[in-house]
Amino acid sequence: MPNLKVLKNRIASVKSTRKITKAMQMVAAAKLRRAQEAAEAGRPYAERFNAVMAQLAGGVSGDSGPKLLVGNGSNQTHLLVVMTAERGLCGGFNGNIAKLARVAANKLMAEGKTVKILTVGKKGREALKRELGSHFIGHVDLSDVKKLGYDNAATIAQDLLTRFDAGEFDVAKIFYSTFQSVISQTPTEQQIIPADFSHVEVGEQSTVYDYEPGEEAILADLLPRAVATQIFSALLENGASEQGARMSAMDNATRNAGDMIDKLTIQYNRSRQAVITNELIEIISGAEAL
Amino acid sequence: MAEMMQFDLVSPERRLTSVQASEVQIPGAEGDFTAMAQHAPVITTLRPGVLKVVTASGTDEYLVTGGFAEVGVAGTSVLAERAFAKADVTPELLEDLIKEANLQRDANNTDMAAKYADDLVAASTQISG
Repeated sequence: MPNLKVLKNRIASVKSTRKITKAMQMVAAAKLRRAQEAAEAGRPYAERFNAVMAQLAGGVSGDSGPKLLVGNGSNQTHLLVVMTAERGLCGGFNGNIAKLARVAANKLMAEGKTVKILTVGKKGREALKRELGSHFIGHVDLSDVKKLGYDNAATIAQDLLTRFDAGEFDVAKIFYSTFQSVISQTPTEQQIIPADFSHVEVGEQSTVYDYEPGEEAILADLLPRAVATQIFSALLENGASEQGARMSAMDNATRNAGDMIDKLTIQYNRSRQAVITNELIEIISGAEAL
Repeated sequence: MAEMMQFDLVSPERRLTSVQASEVQIPGAEGDFTAMAQHAPVITTLRPGVLKVVTASGTDEYLVTGGFAEVGVAGTSVLAERAFAKADVTPELLEDLIKEANLQRDANNTDMAAKYADDLVAASTQISG
C-alpha cells in the first residue's frame, strides 16, 4: 500500500496535467475554428481554378502539351513532398502522414525508382529521418509562420518548379491530411507534377470558351499556379486537420487524467480510512488491556 | 437599367466579393476589356491592374496583381493571385509590391518580369490617382 503522501503528490501531479491538456484542448479548438475558416475561404478559389484547369487540360491531346501537364516522358525519379505539423501532441496526425509516405516510398523503391523527399514541417522530418534520411533533399520550415498565406505555398511551389526544370525529378506527389471532421482526418496522397485533374469533375461542357492569349499560353501560365494552389489548399487542410487531431487527442488526455484522478482519489481515501481504522483498533485494544 | 450578372472576385486566401454587377472592367493580359451580361465566354490571364466593378450601388475598384478571369454564361469570375480592395491599398503596400516586382526583374531579367513591374507601377498610379 503506497503511503498517503505519495498518493497525494500523485493526485496533485495528475491534476496539473489535466489542467495543461484542458488548456491545450481549448487553444486547439480556437485555432481549429480559425483554420477551418481559412480552409473554407480558400475553397472557392481552388474549386474554380481546378475546374478551369480540368477544362483546359481536357483540350490538350497527346504529348504536345506542356511538361507540367503531360510529364517529361520519364517516370524514374519521384519526389515526395511530406507535409506535417511543426508540433507534436496531436495524436496520430503526424505519424499517419509519415506512415503513408513511408509506405509509398518503399513501394516505389521496390519498383526500382529513385525516391527523393522534401519535408514540410519538422515532425514529419523527424519521423522519417531514421529510415529514409538519406533521401532528403530539402526541408521547409514553417514554425515561424503565424498565419498560413498563399505566399508560403508559392515559395514551396517555386522551389518545386525550379527543381523540376533542373530535371531533379519526374513526378511529384504531396502527402497531407484532409480534414473530414474533428475526430477524423484522412492522410492523402496527391500527384501534382505532372498535374492530374482527372479527379476534378468538369461540369456541363456545353460552353466553348475563347482563350486570350491562346489556349497553350494560358495553360503554360496557369500550370505553375496550379501547383501553388494545390499546395496551398493542402497546407490549409493540413492546418485544420492538425488542430482537429490535437483537439481530440487533448480531449482524450483530459478525460484519461480525470479517470486517473478518480481512481487515485478512491485509493487515497481507502488508505486514509485504513490508517484511521488501524489507529482505532490500537486504541481499543490498548484500552481493553488495562 | 442594365442587365445584371453574377460577379465573383476570389483570391487564394478569401472571397473578396460576390455581387450582382452590370459591368466589370478587367485588365486582361492582351488588353483591358469590359464584361457585361451575355458576353461571349472567354478565359483570359490578367496583368497587374485595376479591376472595376459596376454594381447597382456604385463602382468598386480592386487592385489585382495577376491571375485569370473567366467570363461564362453563368457570370464572371476573377481568380486573382493577389487582390486588394481600393480602401485597403496603402502607399506602403504599393511600395512593397513594386519593390518585390523590381527585385524579381533584377533577378530574372526577363521581359515578363519587366512587364510585370511596369504594369504594376502603372496600376498603382491609376489606383492612387
